[in-house]
Amino acid sequence: MDRIGRIDAIVAAHAGREGPLLPILHDVQAAFGCIDGEAEAAIARALNLSRAEVHGVVSFYHDFTAHADPRPVVQLCRAEACQARGVEALVGAAQAAAGVRVVLKTVYCLGMCSVGPAARLGDAVHARLDEARLVALVEGA
Amino acid sequence: MTAVRIADDALALACGADEVAAAFEAAGCTVERVSSWGMHWLEPLVEVAGLGFGAVTPGDVPTILDYPRQPRPQAGRELWGEPVEHHPFLARQTRLTFERAGKTRPLSLEDYAATEGWQGLARARRLPPEQVVAEVVQSGLRGRGGAGFPAGVKWRTVAEAAGERKYVVANADEGDSGTFADRMLMEGDPFALLEGMAIAAHAVGADMGYVYVRSEYPHAIVRMRAALERAAPEIAPFRVEVRVGAGAYVCGEETALINSLEGKRGEVRAKPPLPALSGLFGCPTVVNNVLTLAAVPHILREGGAERYAALGTGRSRGTMPVQLAGNVRHGGLFEVPFGITLAELVYVIGGGTASGRPVKAVQVGGPLGAYVPTAQFHLPFDYEAFADADALIGHGGIVVFDDTADMAGLARFAMAFCAGESCGKCTPCRIGSTRGVEVIDRIRAGGRLADAVERLPQMHNAAGTPRSVGDEIALLEDLCETMRFGSLCALGGFTPYPVLSALRHWPEDFA
Repeated sequence: MDRIGRIDAIVAAHAGREGPLLPILHDVQAAFGCIDGEAEAAIARALNLSRAEVHGVVSFYHDFTAHADPRPVVQLCRAEACQARGVEALVGAAQAAAGVRVVLKTVYCLGMCSVGPAARLGDAVHARLDEARLVALVEGA
Repeated sequence: MTAVRIADDALALACGADEVAAAFEAAGCTVERVSSWGMHWLEPLVEVAGLGFGAVTPGDVPTILDYPRQPRPQAGRELWGEPVEHHPFLARQTRLTFERAGKTRPLSLEDYAATEGWQGLARARRLPPEQVVAEVVQSGLRGRGGAGFPAGVKWRTVAEAAGERKYVVANADEGDSGTFADRMLMEGDPFALLEGMAIAAHAVGADMGYVYVRSEYPHAIVRMRAALERAAPEIAPFRVEVRVGAGAYVCGEETALINSLEGKRGEVRAKPPLPALSGLFGCPTVVNNVLTLAAVPHILREGGAERYAALGTGRSRGTMPVQLAGNVRHGGLFEVPFGITLAELVYVIGGGTASGRPVKAVQVGGPLGAYVPTAQFHLPFDYEAFADADALIGHGGIVVFDDTADMAGLARFAMAFCAGESCGKCTPCRIGSTRGVEVIDRIRAGGRLADAVERLPQMHNAAGTPRSVGDEIALLEDLCETMRFGSLCALGGFTPYPVLSALRHWPEDFA
């Protein structure tokens, strides 16, 4: 199936839902690693929206990206609770370990506020990170 | 075969619960995965034959299985071979919303029914809807998301609103740093949330509900979906769908959440109209926090409303699941009637800082909550008492900081966070937050000289002279006032709380 066909299939899978745009965008992002202009146009056509409306939504949310990036992503929580537990002192080492091979992203809160610093790789969350454990996590990503 | 109980919520897993469980299985034990007790410094917490063992590593397994012949692995290790419920952290609590925490398997309908599950819903459905609303009003339950609006009054508004379609929305977009109670409830007792939603649906006449979970909570999403599949017959004809957010903090605001559910940008809507009258798809909608809805099954049981109303203080009735977080020795979930003081929570329950250094400040209520100095630790946990002290309870999270905290840096972070997460709809929040970062930077730099443009003769209104720190502080206070009273929602409106409280109580940090 070509790309547009796959997008149409994703849209069709959400038929019958009220306000289906976000679930559709999540699935398209998961399938292609991004939601580019071509995907926006296809989704807009299928939902009878303007492309501007779809683009407005895609560009609003942090989870949706216009370009695919195949590199692994480590999300490091740098919100207040993890700051209080010393995450800022680990950032430099994590960035050095990530280099250009791994994307080190900041996330605001993984709900591990009593056992931070915390980071997420895929759907696995890691808590009580010190510098060695965080660097190992980034290097193993 | 020895039966072993180990939690499987996201926090226990992040602390290595799966590895410990695998080690017990390898030793021939039957492992039962349950919800977390909420004593996070002791995770992974293991229960063998009713005895608890805290902060277990896979290497501890032989020692535990040979208990009590083997001594404690190290002196000072808390919780080793004692019944978990006797631990002072739990013995001091009044658990209603979290009554099943640590005790049941989260996805077991059998466990849920055996612990008074579905009784609130069954009783509610035998009552006329007006009576259900009246009991929620009587209980004094207020919105646990932060605003503290009486839940029963909101329900009555929706029930009396005209409309063929009505909705119940559970706000599970728990973005505040220092809070994790929604996550714990969804991962540990998901049926309680669904039961609360079904009761709300009966009370207001809704047949469709949504749980809006943030995408940063992958475990909670999976758990809620699995729970929904199992419990659909119990809550029918009411239907529920789990929706996933997309990384926007502002979608925790109810009108932004509604827009997001509709498939739009998560921009805040101006109120009125209230969502209770014109919410999701223009229909009357109940939007309640997870903890609010999860408190309802208990209230709807026989005599539940009176029991709930009998707890608490002033106009803050019932219990609050307080979340102890940040640099605290005993972090975790502490559900207690309103009225407990901050000092007791931080020092007695929390055991002071994890780093062992003196406490400098606590931030109560997430990124939009005020920084409270130790001088105000006599404050009772109560919506009105906090409001009178220019602070807020918010979602009940307490983040502890030790004396190394840089309060000016945290004030700047509050503004930067607001700038990053602003939906952009209103000017005070969208632009004020960026200007706020700049002003704080200038205060920390000791004021600034007039720039080339300001010195131009055409610039009649510019002072043209250097601006002192005092001038910049006056500007910051003015900006905060504009944001507080001119923003559409709590993001821009409450960001001044952490900024001004830091400035007021720790001016030396801004020098």
